[in-house]
Amino acid sequence: MLQALRDTLPANRWIRLVLLAIVLGVIFTPWLFDGTRALDTAARLSIFVVLAASYDLLLGFTGVVSFAHALFFGIGAYAVAIAFDHFAPGFGVLLVAIVAGLGVSLLVAFIMGLVSLRVKTIFYAMITLAVASAATVLVSQLYHLTGGEDGLTYRIPKVLTPAFKLLDDKVFGVRVNGKLMNFYLVVFSSIVLFLIMVRIVASPFGRVLKALRENDFRAQAIGYNTLAYRTTATLLSAAFATLAGVLMALWLRYTGPESVLSLDIMIDVLLMVVIGGMGTLYGAIIGATVLMLAQSYLQGLMGNAQDVIGGVPILSELMAPDRWLLWLGLLFIASVYFFPQGVVGRFSGPAPKEATT
Amino acid sequence: MTTRVEPIQATGGEPVKQHRAWWHRPDAQAAVLVPALALLALPLTGDFSAWLTLTLAGLAMGMMLFIMTSGFTLVFGLMDVLNFGHGAFISLGAFFGFTVLAGLESWRLVDSLWLNLLAFGLAAVAAMIACGLLSWAFERVLVRRVYGNHLMQILITMGGLIVAEQLIYVFWGGEDWPMLKPAAFQGGLQWGDLVFEKYRLLAVVLGLVLFAALMAVFKWTRLGLLIRAGVENREMVESFGYNVRRLFVLVFMAGSALAAMGGVMWGLYDEVITAHLGQSIMITVFIVAIIGGLGSIEGCFIAALMVGLLSNYVGFLAPKLALVSTIGLLVVVLMWRPQGLVPATQGGQ
Repeated sequence: MLQALRDTLPANRWIRLVLLAIVLGVIFTPWLFDGTRALDTAARLSIFVVLAASYDLLLGFTGVVSFAHALFFGIGAYAVAIAFDHFAPGFGVLLVAIVAGLGVSLLVAFIMGLVSLRVKTIFYAMITLAVASAATVLVSQLYHLTGGEDGLTYRIPKVLTPAFKLLDDKVFGVRVNGKLMNFYLVVFSSIVLFLIMVRIVASPFGRVLKALRENDFRAQAIGYNTLAYRTTATLLSAAFATLAGVLMALWLRYTGPESVLSLDIMIDVLLMVVIGGMGTLYGAIIGATVLMLAQSYLQGLMGNAQDVIGGVPILSELMAPDRWLLWLGLLFIASVYFFPQGVVGRFSGPAPKEATT
Repeated sequence: MTTRVEPIQATGGEPVKQHRAWWHRPDAQAAVLVPALALLALPLTGDFSAWLTLTLAGLAMGMMLFIMTSGFTLVFGLMDVLNFGHGAFISLGAFFGFTVLAGLESWRLVDSLWLNLLAFGLAAVAAMIACGLLSWAFERVLVRRVYGNHLMQILITMGGLIVAEQLIYVFWGGEDWPMLKPAAFQGGLQWGDLVFEKYRLLAVVLGLVLFAALMAVFKWTRLGLLIRAGVENREMVESFGYNVRRLFVLVFMAGSALAAMGGVMWGLYDEVITAHLGQSIMITVFIVAIIGGLGSIEGCFIAALMVGLLSNYVGFLAPKLALVSTIGLLVVVLMWRPQGLVPATQGGQ
């Protein structure tokens, strides 16, 4: 494991420092930052790191563009939501839900891969987009099962709710209750999942994936069954996305189409991976942090800028807090052009090679 | 079916010119599916007047889809560029058209068919010109640098789509805007028991005219000939000394202008426009383009009509399955013809 970390960590010292700071910052959030909003941001951040990293496994390492990644995220979240909605919340039910969610995800990913992975990147991109949007419509139509547009609100095991008190005293000024347990469940599960992905990427299997990305034809000529490898990568990435969805459902205690399934989530994940750096895995951490901070805090900053600019008509509209996605979109385009390997790829190791398809 | 053995010509002779009956042509086979689908739906809907309404609605929707998809599929066929930003031009077109129509409010409301048509026409033309020019910039700034790399194309044009959508919010605000039809096209025409919505008739007529015009351009003009040849084999056209890139920019601009026109028509059809419009239609555009065969105009026309009809029938029979049904159609078609209904490399000829 340590060897895998050593092999894959970005070479640049500053990037390493930033990564370390982010990880420590998330782990010690309850002590470092006040308020539930910071806790919520940190938990979402760790979940999105897993989601983005699993997407990177597909996009960055295999060169396959999928727009159905949020679908697997949604399947995981809805599996937990539906299970807790119908049965008494408990860890046995959770386990069944995870297994069921994984099963459905893998089946969907397998069928989609079977139909379209043989054909070119573009077909896969378009078909996954169509399937994902059909699934979104389906979820909002199957009202009885999924709660439709309103989504599901449900109870989670009592151990993970604020009502549960583990210790009566505060530990360095932080109340140790179920909420904190839930937070650490999410954060440490995310870290474990991320480390598993690091291990996968550092393995011989991961090397073959990189070979596929760099030169599909050559890999095939050497004798690798490219279709099998690509399908396996799709399945793995779907599985990790599903588990991220499970964590999201546990943390939010609410699951709805907007929060786990929509195209907006998909676009967010795409932005995270590309801005952070495709094919680096660690880029997911940086990309997710940039996006979460932008979502939470860039808006405030832009609000201030708007106040300063004041009455200038269009400029002040450009700076409106709701337009944060505009600036991230521009950053996204710049990233694709000027550093296709993203923040992490740009500042570490040898000059990045262009990914070719 | 029995297999026919073709007489083998002696080598060195003239190549055998194949005479094929029309029912052997892939485009004719596919075209038969459209009336077949409509007739199949007749007993299912049960009621003739409901069926007629649905068919007209389906045809109108299909024509609008065709207008929007034709540019996308040609851009792909000619330059192998997958343009996710196409949806941005649909939205932008709708918003430009909306602005022009709002400026011509008195013409839109006046009780005169010609002034109504003029207002509609001016809105559509203004939207097309504006989007055509914008797409020129889009091609120069974004698409030009990523030819031949699908991964980058998808990412870059997706970024373009995000930014364009946000810019619509900046210039037009985040609300849903009502986009009202010209007075002459509101309501329906009564003919015995049957009611035809006027706007749908307009959409069908416009779509047919456009299809005929496009086909005429492709069959009888030098430009159309070059475009078709470019879709079939770009290197060959280039080696004859034609500048395919310049041709492509032209097609790109024309395609975006068509997208804008489709956006205006769709906005008037739905009577409400949002910045999200293009992004959500884009999904259907992809499906139509794949079903038709990427790069094929005939296939695109047939596929658009099929998707339009199917989603209206299914929307009537089982509303929950409307979008799922088009995916089903996609899967069935791809199993039958993996390259789409009318594979572009054969040109449907």
